[in-house]
Amino acid sequence: MGRKLLTEHINVEGIDTLDVYRKHGGYRSVEKALKTMTPEEVVEEVKKSGLRGRGGAGFPTGLKWSFLAKPEGVPRHLVCNADESEPGTFKDRQLMAKLPHLLIEGMITGSYALGANTSYIYIRGELLYVLRILEKAIAEAYAAGLLGKNILGSGYDLDLYVHPGGGAYICGEETALLESLEGKRGNPRNKPPFPAVQGLWARPTVVNNVESIAAVPVIVNEGGDEYAKIGVGKSTGTKLISACGHLNNPGIYEIELGLPVEEFIYSDEYCGGIWKGRELKAVVAGGSSVPILPKELILKTAAGANRLMTYESLSDGGFVTGTMLGSGGFIAMDETTCIVRNTWNFSRFYHHESCGQCSPCREGTGWMEKVLHRLEHGHGRMEDIDLLVSVAKQIEGNTICPLGEAAAWPVAAAVRHFRDEFEWHVTHAKAAAQPGAVYPGTLVTV
Amino acid sequence: MESTAVKPQFSEAAQAEIARICKQYPDDRRKSAMLPVLHIAQAEFGGWVSPEVQDLVADVLGVKPIEVYEVSSFYTMFNLKPVGRHVLEICRTGPCMLRGSDELTAQLERITGAKVGGPASEDGLFTLKEVECLAACGFAPIVQVREQYYEQLDTPAAVDAMLAELRNQVHRPALPWEENGLPNAVARN
Amino acid sequence: MAKITFDGIEIEVPDGTTILNAARLIGGPIVPPAMCYYTPLKGSGGKCRACLVKVAAGSTKDPRPMPKLVASCITTVQDGMVVENTINDSVLDVRKGIVEMLLINHPLDCPVCDQAGECDLQNFAFEHGVSTTRYQEERRTFEKIDIGPLIQLHMTRCILCYRCVYTADQIAKGDRVHGVLGRGDAAEIGTYIENIIDNDFSGNVIDVCPVGALTDKTWRFKSRVWFTKPVNAHRDCPKCAGNVVLWYKGNEVLRTTARKDQYGEVKEWICNECRFEKKETSDWTIEGPAHIDRSSVISANHYELPVLNQSVIDDLPASTQRELEQNPPLKLGN
Ligand SMILES: Cc1cc2nc3c(=O)[nH]c(=O)nc-3n(C[C@H](O)[C@H](O)[C@H](O)COP(=O)(O)O)c2cc1C
Ligand code: SF4
Ligand code: FES
Ligand code: FES
Repeated sequence: MGRKLLTEHINVEGIDTLDVYRKHGGYRSVEKALKTMTPEEVVEEVKKSGLRGRGGAGFPTGLKWSFLAKPEGVPRHLVCNADESEPGTFKDRQLMAKLPHLLIEGMITGSYALGANTSYIYIRGELLYVLRILEKAIAEAYAAGLLGKNILGSGYDLDLYVHPGGGAYICGEETALLESLEGKRGNPRNKPPFPAVQGLWARPTVVNNVESIAAVPVIVNEGGDEYAKIGVGKSTGTKLISACGHLNNPGIYEIELGLPVEEFIYSDEYCGGIWKGRELKAVVAGGSSVPILPKELILKTAAGANRLMTYESLSDGGFVTGTMLGSGGFIAMDETTCIVRNTWNFSRFYHHESCGQCSPCREGTGWMEKVLHRLEHGHGRMEDIDLLVSVAKQIEGNTICPLGEAAAWPVAAAVRHFRDEFEWHVTHAKAAAQPGAVYPGTLVTV
Repeated sequence: MESTAVKPQFSEAAQAEIARICKQYPDDRRKSAMLPVLHIAQAEFGGWVSPEVQDLVADVLGVKPIEVYEVSSFYTMFNLKPVGRHVLEICRTGPCMLRGSDELTAQLERITGAKVGGPASEDGLFTLKEVECLAACGFAPIVQVREQYYEQLDTPAAVDAMLAELRNQVHRPALPWEENGLPNAVARN
Repeated sequence: MAKITFDGIEIEVPDGTTILNAARLIGGPIVPPAMCYYTPLKGSGGKCRACLVKVAAGSTKDPRPMPKLVASCITTVQDGMVVENTINDSVLDVRKGIVEMLLINHPLDCPVCDQAGECDLQNFAFEHGVSTTRYQEERRTFEKIDIGPLIQLHMTRCILCYRCVYTADQIAKGDRVHGVLGRGDAAEIGTYIENIIDNDFSGNVIDVCPVGALTDKTWRFKSRVWFTKPVNAHRDCPKCAGNVVLWYKGNEVLRTTARKDQYGEVKEWICNECRFEKKETSDWTIEGPAHIDRSSVISANHYELPVLNQSVIDDLPASTQRELEQNPPLKLGN
């Protein structure tokens, strides 16, 4: 059993109330940080912890915090990214709904470290019910003197608010999120300037994922060095993995980074293997935008080493034979899964979610979706397959925000690892277009 | 709001809630309250935001109407056309598809008689809308109705239970600032 | 001041200059194309990605290359920066890709489009594109809408550069009714319930549009722009500076536009009265022929359509084909 740093008490009755949460050690980090540490010392602990952003990019949190500009007289903000919309990812929703005070505690300690006096939790609009839970918990925290003026007599003031989105994946991208928080369309901004210099209302801003912020209390309580002892290499601490798709036990698992992928999939402690006694065909390991890998390559690297749940191990082999840990959205597909259909589905998602500002993404996502739709529905041509790769390449790297890449990678990777299945959709167009058609070829190609 | 002749107005409770929300942002950044206020408007005026309702939102926030239209048309949660009493938002994205969302959609179309993307069912009770990943992929397939998630709808019994519950729901559940939920309008196609 | 090297040419420019404007100071064929950036419009740029260039060295202080191509229109120079545009094949390749993307949903009806001959997209495709398209899917189409009695919006042709939105914002000083609705490739320029742009300067959105999406409904006689003769003229106007270009056919003023510089940017906004109402020569003091600089198609007085080959013509709707026959472009690409 790995250690549970965030979710140890998640199933305790009433843990969403302040009293029960405090009985289980809640808000200790606020007391410790505000009363015994300087903001810089808190940042230092987070740096030492090696915590990497849990929203997808894996950028070291402490480093990000140290970049925050601090011009005289200009307010700064900490904004929590609770937009969680990357397909396959559903950890933040559960964490907030069950442990609202954990996020609030992290927001207080984090805001203190950054010198922010007003902070926001931007939550996707679909999760209004979670917003209600958070607002209730925030009211409790205000009443207990944990928010508002002069918190716990420390002289530090903080107001914390929850802001709902309106249904747009792109608002998970941090600058689109800030636009949205300003009451506008979620169009990502060109960078620079970066949010650390000009973020919310042009003020210096740090945007962090829910899970990153929720890790701050434990880091402050136990010390950055202790936290860094968990995990492997530069993948320190624990990570919430959202496991879904064709698994016996889909759900959210807090794992110590470094767990072998094979154990995660097959052990009864975690996903309990593939449903209906079937074989695993492929996995998308870090949310829909990361490259899909066939069974062989997700369990072992190209060099034959066991694949581990770490940033480094999953990306071993680059995009040729590797993938990414991303947001930890772990989507397993059994042997009956049609890769073309699944790729088309993801492609439709990115087409639907493109904000439409920049031409390669606006036009390219639609183009890829249409070609994949044709392939899946029996109207594909052989040259479509290379066309897909070429269009993906034309988008990648040339857009304002990384949604372009997020749309391009899954398509390129699916063709890379499952080209014969794509070809079969052309050569056996009629058969492949039948609902539920299963590619009869070799199960997995590398 | 079914009649467009009367200028819509927020109830007193909603006005108080809007005032509370506006205080969350700096005074000169009232526009920031756009999305929360649009959500309140949609709950208040029968599950959709007509141009008149959007103009009201513009008024309340002190912005130009086009600034509201630009936003309401960008975000998928805002219904710009009248809807049935309950809008069933069915997740269609990969992980849900792997666990049967296509079949669920077909089943809901069959039972309610409504079509995804089309007008409400003839009895005015249900509008079907396909949406992208709702962050509940491990409990697929999923339907969201207002603030409620219905999870693991992979058996006919689960689907029936959801529909039965909704059929009995004449008033939508009360929101935190309301004493009672508003009666739901039945859409007239 | 910052010293930079652009395609091997050294130039010193004031700090804060964008790479694109530095290149424009050099001038000539090394200048990157710009489909969305528009100097007078605050906030414009960064969207179309036509102007992407390679920064081979960031600055003297940090000479590392930038990992991705950057939008030259919004990236400011640093002392010691080395930029590659026409001398870098990968930049040209990416640009070809951008042309292709911008054209996939753009109708190939240049022969019947009012903008033909002065369309930035046509020029862009001509100068940087390839002559065939790999796009075989259905194109996005919209109905034409009238934005008031003077301006027509044909969204099908729009490339979502947002220039008109910034213009409307700027001229209307906060009284904006014009904006972008929807999102992704379903986004459209709209005024919702077709509100009229009720502003004395609304006509300027026509001039900033790089394609034929926003057009002047008062064009007296439909005529291909290369048959018209541009003439600089001015009048005493109480609302604007009154400096315009009159487009003549014979003795007839067909339309009036603002004056543009060599990069197609309006120098001074003109009011709707000058643009739409003063159509007699006697309304104006004529200065002389206007020099149209960069628009290759007009200035060369020929008309070439790189992407229109016979098989494409065959795919056009019959009505368009008929119009094409009656009103043939001077020269067709093969
Ligand atoms: C298209 C797109 C969608 C994103 N969605 C999310 C999201 O839903 N949640 C999230 O935390 N980060 C998301 N991100 C990443 C954020 O931009 C940002 O990097 C992150 O919130 C930083 O927090 P972290 O450093 O704590 O991970 C997204 C990025 C992109 C490009
Ligand atoms: S990459 Fe796509 S989502 Fe991102 S800014 Fe460009 S169009 Fe918008
Ligand atoms: S895919 Fe349906 S909830 Fe994520
Ligand atoms: S001109 Fe630079 S991105 Fe459009």
